[in-house]
Amino acid sequence: MAITREHELHKRRSGRNIGLAVVLAAFIALVFGLTIAKVQSGATLQAYDHSYRPALDPDNVRFPQR
Amino acid sequence: MTDIRADISYSDNKEAGFSDYIALLKPRVMSLVVFTALVGLIVAPGALHPIEALAAIIFIALGGGASGALNMWWDADIDSVMKRTAKRPVPAGKIDAREAMSLGFALSGISVIMLWLATNALAGALLAFTIFFYAVIYTMWLKRATPQNIVIGGAAGAFPPMIGWVAVTGSISIEACLMFMLIFMWTPPHFWALALFMKSDYHKANVPMLTVTHGRKATRTHILVYTVALIPFALAAGFTSIGGPVYLTLALVLNAMFLQGAWAIWRRSEVQAEADGYAVEKRVFRFSLAYLFLHFGAFLAEAALANLPVYAEFAASFKILELF
Repeated sequence: MAITREHELHKRRSGRNIGLAVVLAAFIALVFGLTIAKVQSGATLQAYDHSYRPALDPDNVRFPQR
Repeated sequence: MTDIRADISYSDNKEAGFSDYIALLKPRVMSLVVFTALVGLIVAPGALHPIEALAAIIFIALGGGASGALNMWWDADIDSVMKRTAKRPVPAGKIDAREAMSLGFALSGISVIMLWLATNALAGALLAFTIFFYAVIYTMWLKRATPQNIVIGGAAGAFPPMIGWVAVTGSISIEACLMFMLIFMWTPPHFWALALFMKSDYHKANVPMLTVTHGRKATRTHILVYTVALIPFALAAGFTSIGGPVYLTLALVLNAMFLQGAWAIWRRSEVQAEADGYAVEKRVFRFSLAYLFLHFGAFLAEAALANLPVYAEFAASFKILELF
């Protein structure tokens, strides 16, 4: 004999848990998608990467050469 | 030997299921919010990344759902008195009122912050204001205080297309204001037409309704006055960047029909209405739903037709309000 007894209440709780899991998974997917979208549309995200790159300088100001 | 089985009683069959939490967010109201916000978002100049647009719609809808949950928390006492609302999750005892409040506040915060991050701060602020307007100004204050509750409360339902527009453009313009006014001025005649033929029990809950406080004749007059006041806003939208000849033609026909319906309601007496089972009032109420849907559908049609150069050139001569 099974030591647990299935009741309608358990089904309801299970439905609630699955519903919440789906909502959370969808939220995570949406935030991930948003992150990708924001990064893709960020055209000015390039940085100097430790060395000066004149092409990325909006004013194209060059340091005077010695 | 000890019987370790606990005597678990399953008498409490009122525990909420997932669908009860969905019901707490008023999904039918959310569907109107989604539609109008989507139109505002599509007809706005410029474009969002599809994921950003999807997120914007979801979080605007979630904000609407949050205000629905806050409404059910605050109105639990009157909802339990009225037949129409007695089966809602809170008065039915499935969800605790404080839980509805917590969920309402949590979803409000999530939806506002996420809309802000997905689009811009003004869209987030407008959503926050909409939730505040519906939950505090309408639910907590006006609903129980004045028979004009539905007029000012209707503003909450009018914000979504404006938020959709602002999510794309980052600013409020005449087009966004006219979409707002279209829903704002449409709500009173739409709702009062329903109030005339629905046997409601608002009086049992001490909620002032125009049909009870000022009588049915006054309600008929109000329907006509608000319909007349609605028409200029509906037509003016046709002369902005979201309008055009297709919208204007449809708006002229729809507004003439709505005015004719409101006029017919105004001319009738209660005796006449009862004799034919409120046929005119029911017809006008059903028409009012189509009225709003078709106006916003026409905005979408104009946005689609604007891709045809020949049509766009022709429509440009109508858009005289773009300058403002």
